[in-house]
Amino acid sequence: MKKYPYTETKDTRSGFGAGLVEAARKNPEIVGLCADLTGSLKMNAFEDEFPERFFQVGISEANMMSMAAGMTIGGKIPFTGTFANFSTSRVYDQIRQSIAYSNKNVKICASHAGLTLGEDGATHQVLEDLGMMKMLPGMVVINPCDYNQTKAATMAIAEYVGPVYLRFGRPKMPVFTPADQVFKIGEAVMLNEGSDVTILATGHLVWEAIEAGHILAEMGIDAEVINIHTIKPLDAEAILKSVKKTGCVVTAEEHQMNGGLGDSVAQLLALNNPTPLEMVAVNDTFGESGVPALLMEKYGLTRTDIVKSVEAVLKRK
Amino acid sequence: MANITELQQTVSQVRRDIVRMVHANNSGHPGGSLGCSEYLVALYFETMKHDSNFKMDGKGEDLFFLSNGHISPVFYSVLGRSGYFDVAELATFRKINSRLQGHPTTHEGLPGVRMASGSLGQGMSVAIGAAQTKKLNGDDRIVYSLHGDGELQEGQNWEAAMYASANKVDNLICAIDVNGQQIDGSTEEVLDMGSLEAKFTAFGFDVITEKEGNNMEKVLDVLAEAKSRTGNGKPICILLHTEMGNGVDYMMGSHKWHGVAPNDEELANALAQNEETLGDY
Repeated sequence: MKKYPYTETKDTRSGFGAGLVEAARKNPEIVGLCADLTGSLKMNAFEDEFPERFFQVGISEANMMSMAAGMTIGGKIPFTGTFANFSTSRVYDQIRQSIAYSNKNVKICASHAGLTLGEDGATHQVLEDLGMMKMLPGMVVINPCDYNQTKAATMAIAEYVGPVYLRFGRPKMPVFTPADQVFKIGEAVMLNEGSDVTILATGHLVWEAIEAGHILAEMGIDAEVINIHTIKPLDAEAILKSVKKTGCVVTAEEHQMNGGLGDSVAQLLALNNPTPLEMVAVNDTFGESGVPALLMEKYGLTRTDIVKSVEAVLKRK
Repeated sequence: MANITELQQTVSQVRRDIVRMVHANNSGHPGGSLGCSEYLVALYFETMKHDSNFKMDGKGEDLFFLSNGHISPVFYSVLGRSGYFDVAELATFRKINSRLQGHPTTHEGLPGVRMASGSLGQGMSVAIGAAQTKKLNGDDRIVYSLHGDGELQEGQNWEAAMYASANKVDNLICAIDVNGQQIDGSTEEVLDMGSLEAKFTAFGFDVITEKEGNNMEKVLDVLAEAKSRTGNGKPICILLHTEMGNGVDYMMGSHKWHGVAPNDEELANALAQNEETLGDY
């Protein structure tokens, strides 16, 4: 198992903040909208540098989404910022009609997704957002794994024309992907080539998948670990190629099993190459308040859970 | 100077288009469409600077957003009659493979439509966004939007209104079609909204009330007045009192014709009341 040394830990939301400023320096059409969470979304640097391009909309997310859609008319590229649950479930109809169906070039940027939001509890821990967003025709859905990748993804979606959902979070995670990476939407990243099992992970679970890979190596299991940073469009070619080699799959994500990455992979495999599959995901339940690490443990989203799932799927080969 | 007679003749043709489109499918929304005929004809044939050679970005043009998308028949007729597409296409309204969907959309590429609408309450926010972009682009044209009065029961309107005044979006003219009717009855019966004038004033709008929204001269006047008040630090609201079903006597003033199509006999009756002036499609 390949080693991924790192020197610091950072939150992915800060990667978004840094990427937004850099993208905005390159492209004067980029505007930012925020619903009273500028600090939480790390949009302060953008606001400071481009005050005339920053729109504080207050606690009114529905207005923000439809306004962003309207701002595209005349060439602006709006980046909206709020928590993931307020970016999706709260404003689903606004996104569906004014952004997705109207095919507007809006970038929906969502922080504090999943259980790692921690102490605020289930009201804010959206675990359904990837599913809601991937169901919308034409919507690109991205869930990067660390600071550098989130920054690169933010810059990449600025170049892409069309609606995008970009999901990131609050906890500090190891920064292990290259600072100079070019983010390619829809292109999976191979982290370790292996032959016994394919582990497909997204977002914060990518690091857990790498750690699981090391544990598995000690157990004599050679895992192929792939970072699926783009849930939609899914890199079908990379996944099918890997599965052909390994013959079994484990998916890992900080999301409901229903509608998440595992669900997308299950569909892909069922239609193309039925293969034993285990999913590490939240199983049809809401979260709760607590320290993020303990929540991840309680709800079964750790490296240990990935290892257990690998053991289970290997038996089904 | 506007030629009132010509505009009224256009309105007559638009009313024919509306009832014919709805009749042909036995579906659609004639009531609100008929009531807003004067307003849309005034906008597209007199007030707005716009280019029927459609460009989505609309730079240097006045823009119009229809928030109450169910009155698509009047919107489509006016777009067709102003040259955005061949009026023959009105015959495809609500039929399969048509660009004229039940509610307006950009999805099928119909020239003149910049945003899907139909799910109510989103258009004011959209118009504000477009107005903000005009300001950023140094484009001094105006953004117009139209909303149903019943639609104001959607809370997003008030989020939008709060934003527009706090941010001095003064290149925006929102018209409310005050016909006092919605699907289940009068707005008063269904959910009484009290004084819209007091509400919009309290939300920081410059409010102009026009009691005769089906009188072309008055509509032109109120639009000129609204236009003259742009750029003064406040968004503008026109409370345009209209009559649902106006121009077809048996439909007038009743919520029953919100979303019901006339039968053959009723169609003939409606057409007899509105002269064919520009040629039926």
